[in-house]
Amino acid sequence: MKKYLLHSLLSLGLCLLPASVVAEQDAAMAEGLRIATERKVRDTGWGDTEVVMTMILRDARGRESRREMRTLTLEVLDDGDKALTIFDEPRDVRGSAFLTHTKTMVPDEQWLFLPAVNRVRRIVSRNKSGPFMGSEYAYEDLSSFELEKFSFTYLHDDEVHGELCYVVEQIPQDEYSGYSRMVVWIDKSHYRVQKIDYYDRRDSLLKTLTIHDYKLYKDEFWRADRMEMVNAQNQKSTTLLMTDIQFDRGFTDADFDNNALQRAR
Amino acid sequence: MQQFWLNSALRRPWLTISWALILTLALAAGMGQLYFRGDYRIFFSPDNPQMLAFEQMQNEFNKSDNIMVAIAPQSGDVFDEDMLTLIWQFTEAAWQTPYSSRVDSISNFQHTEAMDDDLLVEDLLLNPADLTEEKRAKIRAVSMTEPALYRSLVSADGAVAAINITVQLPEVDQNQEVVDAYEYVLGLSAYFAEKHPDVEFYHAGILALNYAFASEAEKDATTLVPLMFLVIIMMLVLLLRSALAALATVIIILVTILSTLGVAGWLGIFLSTATVNVPTIVMTLAVADCVHVIVSMQYALRQGKSKEEAIHYSMTRNVVPIFITSITTSIGFLTLNFSEVPILRDLGNMTAVGVMLACIFSVTLLPALLRLLPAKVVPVSHTAKGMDKLATFVVQQHRKILPVGAVLMVAVAAFAGTNQVNDVAVKYFDTRTEFRQSLDFIEENLTGTANLDFAIDSQQTSGVNNPEFLAHVAAFSDWLHQQPEVTHVASITNVFKRLNKNMHGDDPAYYRLPEQQDLAAQYLLMFEMSLPFGLDLNNQLNLDKSATRITATLQNLGSKELTGFEQRALSWLAEEMPQYDASAASTALMFAHIGERNMESMLKTLPFALILISGLLVISLRSWRLGLFSLVPNIMPALVGFGIWALYSGEINLGLSVVASISLGIIVDDTVHFLSKYQRGLQEGQTTEGAVRYAFNSVGRALFVTTVVLVAGFAVLAMSGFRLNSDMGLLTGMIIVLALIIDLLLLPALLLRFDKKGRNDEKVPATQSA
Repeated sequence: MKKYLLHSLLSLGLCLLPASVVAEQDAAMAEGLRIATERKVRDTGWGDTEVVMTMILRDARGRESRREMRTLTLEVLDDGDKALTIFDEPRDVRGSAFLTHTKTMVPDEQWLFLPAVNRVRRIVSRNKSGPFMGSEYAYEDLSSFELEKFSFTYLHDDEVHGELCYVVEQIPQDEYSGYSRMVVWIDKSHYRVQKIDYYDRRDSLLKTLTIHDYKLYKDEFWRADRMEMVNAQNQKSTTLLMTDIQFDRGFTDADFDNNALQRAR
Repeated sequence: MQQFWLNSALRRPWLTISWALILTLALAAGMGQLYFRGDYRIFFSPDNPQMLAFEQMQNEFNKSDNIMVAIAPQSGDVFDEDMLTLIWQFTEAAWQTPYSSRVDSISNFQHTEAMDDDLLVEDLLLNPADLTEEKRAKIRAVSMTEPALYRSLVSADGAVAAINITVQLPEVDQNQEVVDAYEYVLGLSAYFAEKHPDVEFYHAGILALNYAFASEAEKDATTLVPLMFLVIIMMLVLLLRSALAALATVIIILVTILSTLGVAGWLGIFLSTATVNVPTIVMTLAVADCVHVIVSMQYALRQGKSKEEAIHYSMTRNVVPIFITSITTSIGFLTLNFSEVPILRDLGNMTAVGVMLACIFSVTLLPALLRLLPAKVVPVSHTAKGMDKLATFVVQQHRKILPVGAVLMVAVAAFAGTNQVNDVAVKYFDTRTEFRQSLDFIEENLTGTANLDFAIDSQQTSGVNNPEFLAHVAAFSDWLHQQPEVTHVASITNVFKRLNKNMHGDDPAYYRLPEQQDLAAQYLLMFEMSLPFGLDLNNQLNLDKSATRITATLQNLGSKELTGFEQRALSWLAEEMPQYDASAASTALMFAHIGERNMESMLKTLPFALILISGLLVISLRSWRLGLFSLVPNIMPALVGFGIWALYSGEINLGLSVVASISLGIIVDDTVHFLSKYQRGLQEGQTTEGAVRYAFNSVGRALFVTTVVLVAGFAVLAMSGFRLNSDMGLLTGMIIVLALIIDLLLLPALLLRFDKKGRNDEKVPATQSA
């Protein structure tokens, strides 16, 4: 119960904070939002992409297992993006396809096509914090970045991968998120995410994502070739490799609806 | 040589005291390195096969270290609104437990349901605000039928519910981590208990076990050690009838204990449930040395010798016996190095070091202290007169004592072999401990408290989706269910059956395994996509889905029954599904095996210790004949002791498995003292009868006094709430008493009957110092 006492003392202390500190906090939040907005703005207007993804899962003993999938994405300017993921490996889920309409304000909509039953099922669940394909990524780590989903606070500057970065704290607005907060390193040169620390609901470091080998596409958009997620609590890790990144595939809304899901192979 | 140190101790006592103090300080400085470990792993060496199997399973699947909280409302109904709300609140709060990775309860169970063409995946109780009559009925219905919940997280009668908190300890400072996590949960229970005075909370799980190990050790350290001091001081004052002699003894004890703990620190030995009682044991043994010195000195003072002469008299007579008895006692404790249990090895080594330190201090520091302290002539005590009477009795009645004693001993000793090894970690704790009461409650009202994990490996990537494999796993889980000792089985096949039913519009007819591999795989894909953080299937499926873990919850069995169950299950698996790789592991299983393994190794070392100790006796007495006589009083007490134990309890745990070795080392002392005095009597030209009387008179009282002190010491140990310690104390104390009886009745009777020609055989040079 000591913790509760500490918390109440802290909150009492916060009330007594002088106005200048409050103003400082406001400034940090404004700066955080500015950085996040710039990050979003710089990654707007790319249209659509298709990418082949390979996941290499490792357990505490270093044993590996692979998952393969393709992801088609359509940018939606006034709402969350639409994504269609088609599973290729392991073989017994080949042809399964997962369609998401990311929403900014309401829960995302999700459908799953299972070739073995040849039917589309809508998944009604608030949960998006569980492991994606048994990996160290959660579905929420892979869905599109939307400003409305978080509150932002600029913390300080730091250097990662030789890039000078802003370090911004992101607090998820969704109570069903698996995280209490994330600390994000965004490079100053191109506003690309270099690293994310995820904190679990008891505010312990859960896992760390590092993003590697950014390449420039269409002279404007940066996409990474490799992402590494390392779990700090159970020593498991997952490497995510992106290959064959293609832009301007000419996708439309029709490629991201129920019918498209059944056609996907 | 002997003259030199003795003279320096007597003529320049302050010099002796100074260097003893410096030595003590140097050694005791090591106490800063001491730390405490309370986790169950201290019972197992790093190459213990059951622990390796367990750790491999923990690595392949997620760790299963846990805290279980059982919630028992007086109303006897966990499904009323108040209780469901409490369970929901506790579940939510439990996620804040330090190092927790998962929390399971009936409220956050991921219930799946078909809704038209949709699959709904949601907490069984998402929000207590929705608790209508209908919702409560549904929660009850699901809880009572869902295999994952029924008799695991809710009792069969719906009167008790449980919350299971899984933790992933970083194992940097494991003891502290256990305390942090467990005390957090205790705090939660206390908080909710205050709000709900009509609800009882009980705690179990691996962390509760670790915590209990640590807290019982702490209790022993804070209650038994001071109690021991008190008892010893009282005994000394009473028996030695001299407060100053008692003071000298207490100083020796303190110096010995501080040095022993310091040496342990320097050697990197940690304190644990076993070694925390080393001070008690060392104290007891150190007292014996001092008593011999002081009693002899008092004897000499009564003879009218000066203080210095009396000390000199006592030292020349006692130095060799003290040295020999310390060596034999150390050997007894050092044989614990052959134990399978690391902390028992530590106990042996620390005590052996302590005994040797006590020997050094009692022949150097003790005479120096006695030299400085005033000494008065202590009147002859009743025991001394009693000894004379006893000697007369034995001399007169030895022809009766011998056959009666022999028959009695053999009759009782014959039962020794009927003892059974039984090691159940839970049973290490006395029924008066909170941990034991919690487990007994859960065992009686909710589910078993022992787990056994089985990993079944299909040897193929994605093999768990194979219908043939699933059918086999389901058959095994059915077989487990049919075993009378099993209360619950957690198997992935239940998830597949449920999903198959959901995908067929919740038609109960489809509550069965999917019949194609891709179907099973895709159900699982869909389900996994819908699970929240911490409630994934990684605790049941490995990385590439080639293997699954089935957890059977069992009633708390004896170790023989548990290993028997393991054997039965593994041979069933080998027979029914030889194509798959199967293994079993759990902490309960580790304890079940360690008892047998340890007993086996300890029994093997016993003859070795006996030969070594008897050999030493032969050398020190320089007589094969007396060495042969010594075998009876050395072997019989332990045999008779274990015989009595068989009649009293019949169960042997880790603590008792070492009693034979350590008691051998201790009881040999009596024999050494008695026989060396007997021998001296013969050398001084007495008859067998005269020599026996001489032995009685010169050493009988000291033996009686040391026995009383030793028994008091081990009786204090017997008061521990931790049975490894209390049983060890009880049986060792009993064996020491038996040893005294045998030494004072049977040994002289034997000598009187068979050592008629003793006098002529002795051709020991008169220069011998003993």
